[in-house]
Parts: sequence; structure tokens; C-alpha cells
Amino acid sequence: MQLDFSSNYFELFELQAAFNIELSELDQRYQQLQRVLHPDKFASASDAERRWSVQAASRVNEAYQTLKQPLKRANYLLELQGLMLNEETDTQMDPMFLMEQMELREALGDVESASDPYAALDKVGAQLSSQISSSSDAYLASATSEDWPQARTIVRQWQFLEKLRQETKSLEARLDDAEA
Amino acid sequence: MALFQIAEPGQAQAPHQRRLAVGIDLGTTNSLVASVLSGSAKVLANEQAETSIPSVVHYQEGGATLVGTAAQAMAVADPYNTIASAKRLMGKGASDLSETLFADRYLFDTDSGSIPAFKTQAGNKTAVDVSTAILKALKNTAELSLGGELVGAVITVPAYFDDAQRQATKDAATVAGLHVLRLLNEPTAAALAYGLDTKEDACVAIFDLGGGTFDISLLKMQRGLFEVMATAGDTALGGDDFDHALAASLAEQAGISDISDASQQRHLLNIARHVKEQLSSQPNCNFEIPLADGASFKGSIDRDQFNALIEPLFKRSLKSCRQALRDANIEKTDVDAVVMVGGSTRVPLVRDRVSEFFGKTVLTDINPDEVVAVGAALQADVLAGNKPDSELLLLDVIPLSLGLETMGGLAEKVIPRNTTIPIARAQEFTTYKDGQTALALHVVQGERELVSDCRSLARFELRDIPPRVAGAVRIQVIFQVDADGLLTVNAIEKESGVVASVDVKPSYGLSDTEIEQMLSASMEHASDDMHARALQEQKVEADRVIEALSSALRSDSDDHLDRDERSVIDQAISDLQTARDGDNPDAIKSAVAKVEKVSNTYVERRMNATVRKMMAGKQLADVEGDGSNHT
Repeated sequence: MQLDFSSNYFELFELQAAFNIELSELDQRYQQLQRVLHPDKFASASDAERRWSVQAASRVNEAYQTLKQPLKRANYLLELQGLMLNEETDTQMDPMFLMEQMELREALGDVESASDPYAALDKVGAQLSSQISSSSDAYLASATSEDWPQARTIVRQWQFLEKLRQETKSLEARLDDAEA
Repeated sequence: MALFQIAEPGQAQAPHQRRLAVGIDLGTTNSLVASVLSGSAKVLANEQAETSIPSVVHYQEGGATLVGTAAQAMAVADPYNTIASAKRLMGKGASDLSETLFADRYLFDTDSGSIPAFKTQAGNKTAVDVSTAILKALKNTAELSLGGELVGAVITVPAYFDDAQRQATKDAATVAGLHVLRLLNEPTAAALAYGLDTKEDACVAIFDLGGGTFDISLLKMQRGLFEVMATAGDTALGGDDFDHALAASLAEQAGISDISDASQQRHLLNIARHVKEQLSSQPNCNFEIPLADGASFKGSIDRDQFNALIEPLFKRSLKSCRQALRDANIEKTDVDAVVMVGGSTRVPLVRDRVSEFFGKTVLTDINPDEVVAVGAALQADVLAGNKPDSELLLLDVIPLSLGLETMGGLAEKVIPRNTTIPIARAQEFTTYKDGQTALALHVVQGERELVSDCRSLARFELRDIPPRVAGAVRIQVIFQVDADGLLTVNAIEKESGVVASVDVKPSYGLSDTEIEQMLSASMEHASDDMHARALQEQKVEADRVIEALSSALRSDSDDHLDRDERSVIDQAISDLQTARDGDNPDAIKSAVAKVEKVSNTYVERRMNATVRKMMAGKQLADVEGDGSNHT
């Protein structure tokens, strides 16, 4: 069944296709849409309507999650510009950035053997947060001036940082579980 | 076909009878059924005036069954034919038996298939069979108490249940003759019972430790909206495990070294359960264990000793709490309230340590044994359509990541855990050999890197792929998780648009044919009423469809349909009316299907228009607010 949701995620939420969206508006429209589309509203409806509702609610969830997370939103805006990232062919990276990443990675590797692992982890976490925040600012500047190639470079670096942040979370989980 | 009642809250529904719907808490140790009566949810009592029955089934020779208290009374005398805690085996395979507490408690037949079956004097019984018997008893209780047939039930499952466990639960309900309105996560049900009237935004932790399972859910609640941020848990942790640890310790005190005798084991467990309950309200407890030589051992145990026994078990629950907090991206201090659910939260150590962990007093206002059933009843009332103006909206998540096996036995995540459901994700595949026409996929659930460490859900084979050179075919595989947390998989060959056939071989579940066989077997005894009942059901369904569609057509047919389209629908409705007035249930059923088929496009257009209208309405309100000059 073809849904009448050919509109992009921003249109679906009646938002301007921009990086700096108002999150409270996003939340509000999300709830509004789910209050109409969610399968719970169709529990005693026909099979066709129930299927429709599952598909529509799934699309709204996907759209919401994409727009809610800054990195995903940034990446989605690139997609709308026709600038897809390709992990296999995108191999060029700024050497300075790579150096910084290696240092952060080494710091993360040393966390478990540190005298206070949590303090060491927090330090890495703080550095990451600050770099991610810089990426976000830089992306906004590039996107505002419509310098999309630059925005794309930033997103690729941002993805590196985000991956590292996931690793700090897994490490924190390991520390917590070892403690308990 | 209840067309968009929710979208138009101002309009009253056609006058109708209250639709009887229930919430069922199908627990590891106890089960309950509740319903909304004159505005509030109440747990329903059976003919013995019990509001909660033990989740125990006793199989008699010849096939008759006892369920509940009567069955539990047989546990010591006839342990192998009296099945308790079957929930722990739902959706499990024969190879999982050793990880459960069951291996030495019952006799099993593991040869007959991948699903383990209890060997009883009434034949082999799976965990689904046992659950079916319990659900039938609850359905009976509800129908006697409410005085009519149920339109459906909301059945609760542990939030941390995987796809196979959920599917097994739904299968049991289907075989028991229950229409499942929704599988609802137990902690979410509890949140509902607690927080319907929450005005302010609140972040709530639901700590649910039952007889056999543990869940922790973190929810954001505001004005009828219940949004699960993260859930974590352990489907093999509960009061049962406390009982076993305690029973082993008591036996040791009594100098009993060999507890392989099934009767004695059950007896010890009963004593342990009693001691555990006593220790919740008093610092120490005396006990007496009969010995083989006819004498009996008298001993005593205090709360500290008991706490030391269960401490390692309890710690596993805090590990899950930390994981949920991390996944929700919040700190302990962000949690506004902690709600205790499940009988095992009566244990003082559990309450104290959870309170300590979150740094706040825990809530125990609603009976922890009943709160899940009560929440499920509230949702059932809404889903059955009794509350068209309800603001209730539950947004739940998938508890465990769904993935695919890739080269080298690695699991690649397609849908990560704690993603809001329903959700759909597509993954693209291609062929690796020239002329390849089939592709095998293995779907797994879990967080580990290796497929062998995850739960195997199903193996799929895509066939009828057009033969091409390697890599030329693009196959899109779509994973759809519905609001019950259940997965379906579809595949489409992108170039030709050919939908490849998908063969589903559930790793630990029942095939559709098996369910049908079980259904017909369970109905053999009642074959006389079957026709009359089927006919009645179909008539009700036909009336519902005709009424809903006719009223929709009256209101906006001209907006969405041209004359020809309208006349096709009118014809189908008229055919349905004719079938409805006859006495052939199958004819009515196919006439209903016909109506639904020809009105599909109309439904779709109407739905889209509703969404557009709603969004447009919102925009107008905004415009008024910001004073700009749009019109």
C-alpha cells in the first residue's frame, strides 16, 4: 500500500528543513501525529487500516528519531542535498583530526588501568562532548551558508566522534558491572 | 471497521453496548484478570472468590485438567503431572532447558521437536499448552463475572521478552480463544495504573520483580502520554530463584544431601516460599522439614542469612537498572519516582536496596500483585473502543536489538534495542553468484557480537529471485516490528518489483499449521456450539463493518470517491448485508473481506485527509499565536 508520506521528514513534521529546529515543536508534532496514527487507535479496525497504521506510525517514529538526534539530522540534511556519505569510498580525512582521534582513543584505552578509572573516563567524555559540540556549531555555520561540501566533511568527523562516544558508554557499562 | 473514531473526538459514537474487554497478567507464579467496571479497573474473582490463581496446571489421566489452587494442591503428591512456572519456558528451545530451573523438576520429551514438552499422563504438553489452559480459566472467570463474551484481551508480557517469547504468548491466547488486542509490557501496564492523572512531566522508573522475570523500565509521563525511554531486564530472574536458593540452604541445614526426589523438592520449595514470606515481616523464622526416616528437622533462619543468599541474585537487577539509565541517557537523579511491581518486591532487601540505588523512597501504593492486571484492563477498555475521547497514548520500545547473521557468524544490528515501536527498517542485499535464485537469511535477537551468543529467531529463504550476474540483483528486506513488539519480514526484488517468497521457520515457535491443529483439537469437545458461535461472531463483525463504513460514507464519501468507486463499495455492502442475514459464517466472513478490499482506497484517502486536516489545524493555531500574516 502506498502511503501519502512521500514528503520528507521535515515536511512530515511541518518544520523548515534546517539544522537548528525547535525540539519542543518536533516533540509536540510527533505526539500529535502518533495520537492519530498509532496502532492503538486502530485496535478494533479492519486489517487494512491496522496495517496502514503500523506503517504510518513506523514512518513517523523513524522520522522523529532521525530529526531528534543532531548527527542523524545533520546527515539527513545532506541526503536531502543529494550528498550521501559512502563509508567505502570516503577514506580521506584531515590528518590533524586523525591525530586527535588517535590520542583520544589511546586515552580511552588507558582508562581501565588508571588509578581512578571513572575520573579518567569522565575526562575523555568531556573532551568528546566538547568536540561534538564544536562539530555541531561548525555544521550549523556551514549549513547556514549552504557550504554543503564542508558540512559533509564535518559530518564524517562527527561520526567518528559519535562512535567513540558509544565506546565510552560500553566501557562505562563494563566498569559498572565489574564494580557490582 | 471503526473508522477514525479517535480523529474526531467531538462526535459521539453510534450508541452501542459496552464492549467487554479484559486485561490479563499471565504471571510465572500467579495469574490475574481485570476489567474496567463503572469507570474503574477491578480484578475479577472466580467462583471460589479468588482474585489471583496460581499459574499451575495439573494434567489428569484421560486429558482433563485442573488449573490454579486445585492444581497446586497436587504439586507434592503428583509432581510430574503438575506443571508450575511454565512461563519460564515460553519461546525456549530444548537446548535452553539446562539454563532453567526445570531440568530436574519434570520429565521432558525433547525428541519431538525443537520445543521441549513436559511428559504428563495426559500426553506431551508444551509451555504454550500450559499457558493456554491458564488463559482459558481466566477467560472463563471473566465471562462469568462480566456476563458476556469478551471482544478481546490485553495480555501482559515481561518487557524484556524476546520475539519468540512474545509470539508464544500470543499463540497461547489464540488457542485459548482470546482475541489479543495488544501484548503490553508489564512495567508499562504498571505505569498506566499509577499515572493516568499525571499533569506534569515526570520521569518514572518501574522496578518489576516477579516470580520468574525482572524488568526495569524508565518512562516519561505527561497528560495521558506514556513514553518508554528505555527498558532492560532478565527473563530468568525472580522470586522462584530466591525460593531455590533458600530451599537449597534449608536442605543443607537439615542435612539432606540428595534432593533429587521430585516430591521432596516441591515440598522443600513450598517450605522455602513460606519462610521467605514470613521473613518479609519478621526478623527470623522457624521451619520444620520432614526427613526420610519419619522424624523431622526443626531449624530457624534469620533475615540476614536470607539476605546473604539472595544478594548475588538481586545484584543482577541493579546491573539492568544501570544499563537502562545509560540507554535512556539520564542520571539516577533525573528519576522523579520509583514504582515497585511484582510480589518479589515485598522482600525488604529488594525495597531497601532499590531505594538506596535511586536515592528515593519507593512507591508501593497499589498492590504490587495486582497493578499489572489493573493497567492492562485500563488499556483494554480504551482499545476495545469504550473510551473514544481517551488521551491515552503508549509509546513503547523494543527491548533487544534485532539483527542478521553476516559473514563469519557475526550479528549485524538492523534495529537497535530501545527503538520506539512500531518501526520498520530496510536492508539491501545482493547475490554473490551468477544465476543465484535464492538467498538465506538468519534473524537473531540480542546484544552480543557473535550470532551464537544471540537468540535465533528465524531462518528465511528468499526464493524466485530473477537469475542475473552476481551483484546485479538488489533485494530489499524489510523488518517490521509492530506495536506488540513482534517482527515480520518482507522481501522485494527492487528492479522487477517481484516480491520474493519468504519461508519462515521459527526457531522456537509454532508454525501456523500447528496453531490451527491445536485450535481445532481444543474445540473438539465443543463442536456443537461452534457453528452457532462462529455465526454469531461473524454477524457481530458484519454489523460493525457495515455501521462504521456507512457512517463514514455518509459524512465524506463525496470528498474521496467518484460515482463508480462509490457504487462498487455500495454493492459490496449490500452483498454483505445479504450474507449477514443468512446463516453461513464463512459466507459472511468472505463478504466482510470483500468489503474491506474494495474500500481500501477509500480508507487510505480518508486517513491521509485526516492527517492533512489535523496538521493544517495545527498550523492555523500556530499562526494565530505568532501574529504573522498568513491566511
